[in-house]
Amino acid sequence: MIVETRLARFESLPLDSGATLAPVQVAYETYGALNHDRSNAILVLHAFSGDAHAAGISREGGKPGWWENMIGPGKAFDTDRYFVICSNVLGGCRGTTGPSSVNPATGVPYAMTFPVITIRDMVRLQKMLIDHLGIERLLAVTGGSMGGMQALEWAASCPEAVVSSIPIAATARHSAQQIAFNEVGRQAIIADPDWNGGQYYDGKPPARGLAIARMVGHITYMSDDSMREKFGRRLRDKDNLSYAFDVDFEVESYLRYRGSEFVNRFDANSYLYITKAMDYFDLTNGQKSLAAVFENVRTRFLVISFSSDWLYPSYQSIEIVRALRGRNLDVAYCELPSNYGHDAFLVDVAEQTDLIRGFLDSTSKHLRRPPSAAEAPRRAPSSHRPVHRGA
Amino acid sequence: MVPTPELQDPPHAPKLLDRRDFAVIGEIVEPGARVLDLGCGDGLLLQWLAEKKHVDGRGIEISGTRVQRAIARGVSVYQGDIDQGLQDYPGQAFDYVILSQTLQETRQPLRVLQEMLRVGRRAIVSFPNFGHWSVRLALLATGKAPKTRHFPYDWYDSPNIHFLTVHDFERLARRETLEIERRFFLSGERKVDLLPNLRAEVAVYLVKA
Repeated sequence: MIVETRLARFESLPLDSGATLAPVQVAYETYGALNHDRSNAILVLHAFSGDAHAAGISREGGKPGWWENMIGPGKAFDTDRYFVICSNVLGGCRGTTGPSSVNPATGVPYAMTFPVITIRDMVRLQKMLIDHLGIERLLAVTGGSMGGMQALEWAASCPEAVVSSIPIAATARHSAQQIAFNEVGRQAIIADPDWNGGQYYDGKPPARGLAIARMVGHITYMSDDSMREKFGRRLRDKDNLSYAFDVDFEVESYLRYRGSEFVNRFDANSYLYITKAMDYFDLTNGQKSLAAVFENVRTRFLVISFSSDWLYPSYQSIEIVRALRGRNLDVAYCELPSNYGHDAFLVDVAEQTDLIRGFLDSTSKHLRRPPSAAEAPRRAPSSHRPVHRGA
Repeated sequence: MVPTPELQDPPHAPKLLDRRDFAVIGEIVEPGARVLDLGCGDGLLLQWLAEKKHVDGRGIEISGTRVQRAIARGVSVYQGDIDQGLQDYPGQAFDYVILSQTLQETRQPLRVLQEMLRVGRRAIVSFPNFGHWSVRLALLATGKAPKTRHFPYDWYDSPNIHFLTVHDFERLARRETLEIERRFFLSGERKVDLLPNLRAEVAVYLVKA
């Protein structure tokens, strides 16, 4: 399946910070076909470094999508049944407006004049895209890690537009530990002289800083077990220790490779802005509890966590699930056993496929069934978390 | 107190999903009800209730593999412990809270029962009857912890930690002033009317606070 990234443009996007971004464009791909009553649309939300290319083979790069093993005919997100949409996040560097985009007011890239954005801003832009595609209600919103945070924010911000939500390896708010790792990444970039206050678009990018940030990130995505299995103490292309500071161990080589490879496809300023958005994320957002956030929500949930994920540990998923149960919402939760750490959501495909297929199937059935007499009456849609910031 | 026999019921006890207590539960639950199944296993009963009775069903199950299978069936199951799992739900969130053949496995059966009746309007409880003659006979004759059709485990690897009889349950219900709305006693393929504490292998109760 050859796929192409498309662009949608909007006049302006109001932001949580009070600033307005104008104009704004969003890069997206779609797979499968929208059915006649527009009830089979699923929005897939990518993690920190992902992009709109979630499935198929890209016409431009010839590469498979980042969730290729989950999206396609007969797969978990079965494109024979569902219409799947994926867009690059606001602040990104893969087609959607971000700090590397040219500011039409100045004719040069925004760089650090780009406004600080939030997860809710990302969702607000996605909502504009969904409206633009003529879809009123999404059968499901889903994603892992930062994508899972957006899947939660969707249900909280636009409950009437989301039939079901599948947050995977996610959290309702970034913890001190999560913020700490992000801050190390940001400081690595800022400490690189090539970063130059964010003004590097006409010269050398802060490659060393960005690579180090990525190396830290990769450590947090794995687990002690998976690193021991994958690398152990194996030496790289040598039989003895070098007694020097070039690469000795396999794990060093791997991290350096991952770091340098990342530099070619990611913008350092996007790293700063998107990690900041994750750190700002707190679904309660001034409300007294997580349960209060879900007051007007009727969305079904499937929450998935992974046993060895220490970056987004299961307790954070359980916190979400308990708040949903407190609202007597329809929620399924499972901690999948895995050795892969946070990366498991991209790796452990078979188990997730079974869960997601069954969940989507019953969600579609729910949708077709007339509401039962026993079902609680729907309350008026929430007005305290408007997606489009009011006048 | 001698339990009121269910005179209108036929003596034959049908099976549902290979379980006769499931057939009784399937008979009790009315269409469209909100149902919570505690210790729901693979979610077979909930799936059946959703398909045949269009219930709005949820489950709690401790085993991860079973939870996976239940969710794959499209049943909303939460991986967790029954003893603690009920506390998050608001009061009267369900029409029925089901505990099938699991009461004897819980650490705090009375608390579980009270919690069931807090979150549900009614509780459906089924359990293997430790007062059945075969259990009594096994203990009397062998002097060892009884192993029977409904208590198939050796004492050291049994999940059962609180054994109870029909009489025990009725006494507890009286003490806690719970209203028993319906009771069913099963023995193999038959429903039992007379001497249920001696003859019932499995008891099913519909209870209200």
